[in-house]
Amino acid sequence: MSSIKREMRKKKLQEFFNNFKQNKMGITGAAILSFFILASVFGPMIFPFDPMEFGVAGPMEPPSSSHILGTDDLGRDIFRNLLAGGRVSLMVGVLATVISMFLGTTIGIVSGYFGKKTDIILMRFTDFFLVIPWLPLVLVLAAILGTSIWNIIFVIGITSWAGTARVVRSQTLSIKERPFVERIRAIGADDKTIMIRHILPNVFPLVFANTILISAVAIISETTLSFLGLGDTTRPSWGMMLNYAFESGAASTGAYWYFLPPGICVVLVVLSFTFLGYAFDEILNPKLRRR
Amino acid sequence: MELLKINNLKTYFEISAGTVKAVDGVSFSLNYGESLGLVGESGCGKTTTALSINRLLPQEGKILGGEILLEGRDISKLKESEIKKLRWNEISMIFQGAMNALNPVMKIGDQIAEAIVLHKKVSYKEAIKRSKELFELVELEPERITNYPHEFSGGMKQRAMIAMALACDPKLIIGDEPTTALDVMVQAQILNLLDKLRKELNMGIIIITHDLSILGETCDKIAVMYAGKIAEFGTVEDIYNNNMHPYTNKLLSSFPNIHKEKIIPEPIEGVPPDLINPPSGCRFHPRCPYAQDICAKEEPMMTKVSEGHEYACHFGGVFNEKE
Repeated sequence: MSSIKREMRKKKLQEFFNNFKQNKMGITGAAILSFFILASVFGPMIFPFDPMEFGVAGPMEPPSSSHILGTDDLGRDIFRNLLAGGRVSLMVGVLATVISMFLGTTIGIVSGYFGKKTDIILMRFTDFFLVIPWLPLVLVLAAILGTSIWNIIFVIGITSWAGTARVVRSQTLSIKERPFVERIRAIGADDKTIMIRHILPNVFPLVFANTILISAVAIISETTLSFLGLGDTTRPSWGMMLNYAFESGAASTGAYWYFLPPGICVVLVVLSFTFLGYAFDEILNPKLRRR
Repeated sequence: MELLKINNLKTYFEISAGTVKAVDGVSFSLNYGESLGLVGESGCGKTTTALSINRLLPQEGKILGGEILLEGRDISKLKESEIKKLRWNEISMIFQGAMNALNPVMKIGDQIAEAIVLHKKVSYKEAIKRSKELFELVELEPERITNYPHEFSGGMKQRAMIAMALACDPKLIIGDEPTTALDVMVQAQILNLLDKLRKELNMGIIIITHDLSILGETCDKIAVMYAGKIAEFGTVEDIYNNNMHPYTNKLLSSFPNIHKEKIIPEPIEGVPPDLINPPSGCRFHPRCPYAQDICAKEEPMMTKVSEGHEYACHFGGVFNEKE
């Protein structure tokens, strides 16, 4: 009996992968993202980079055999900088997303589940974060808190959860009316148990698809903040590279090797997250799946 | 001592349109190992009566009078925290539509174990062991506790719901239309199973239904409800063959009977009354073919025919005289 069951589960998983394989967007996204994850995890081990070590080579050297992407205005190797920057950018993206998802899911479920006054208060709070112009809010927060990488993660995390909260809330509203929730309440479970054990797993596919999309936003946000000079100067992120490139006038002096690589990397990573997000959405939401 | 005794229960709903007298003076009793069927049209107060017992009424619903004695203790006035302890430990429920009463993303065994862990001081491991025993009791394969609801058929899900209802050895089980949405074969299996378990475990069972045909074989007593009141109460024998209330009579003749001559089942004319402004006197009088002046003026009292057989009508058994 149980072997048949295992077989069925295996088939289900297989089906998911088959669907995923057929999804060109998903495969492209996964390929790009895995490349960047591998590069930023192992790259800095092979090609270590110290942002404080200036003058390894001459300033603003174009790509050559010793420095394949050239050097920046302080004579640092851009290729090594790029690998180290990927690490920071991806880390900021992942951690900020975790905060954002945690906040969005918690507020969404609590608001939808309790309804009434709780819902009104939490949703007005959410609306506040939805309607307020995002960039000025982030700028002000980052400026007040100071430029450390942890503050940037925190700021991005607490400004990007509102959309998730809305989506999760509406799904919770539907799930809490289903008979099984009434049954669980009749058994005598308390609200916490119902929310964590029964509602959360049911909204999870939604949270999952949203998480990937939020990751893209988080990476863009990090780049934006750093570019605008609110980044952590001690950590070499892609956004910081763009910032330095801009400050040193790389664009006007034609030092394309300085600003193009980080720019392309950001675009590719964000694109891969977006592709993945849409692909999962399509696979997990059968209504969108093309037959 | 009786397992459950309900005296003059009144449950009203306060809604914006007025007060809905959903249950208005219902009394009956149930013994250990006995099963009682609550029948009536939609909106006659069957479910409200049942939900009053374990207090799962919607917020608007209030128990405004009468008493519910569980083993002699009045549970109608218990605090929420106290009634929570009773739920599932003493009174459990089999829900309507088992298809939807299970969490689709959780293993069935876990859902049963959850109910056990919530009420008994046992470890999760022991609860899973108990779930397996329960699965055996309801004739499901114990290995299948690791299945998800979508891997079960409708009948199996209903069995799993029964297993869940039995999880904490309750004294009383309330089945709210336990067999609706199941085909007749599975219906018979489920009802036989309930019947067997009730006798084995000496539990009281209340089955709520609007399908009189399923009660004959599984219940000892039947309470026919109409517009928030009990029209007739008696053993299956009393209700089927010796009924006195015109409503019971009409209700029975609206079902086909394979043992009697072939006649087209007769519907009961009219619609169930508005419970915000119920009809005066006997609540059935606007739809009753035998109604006379007194029926609109005076509310009939419960009249005893024999021990345990009562009805509320001024002209009990009037339909027998005509024929």
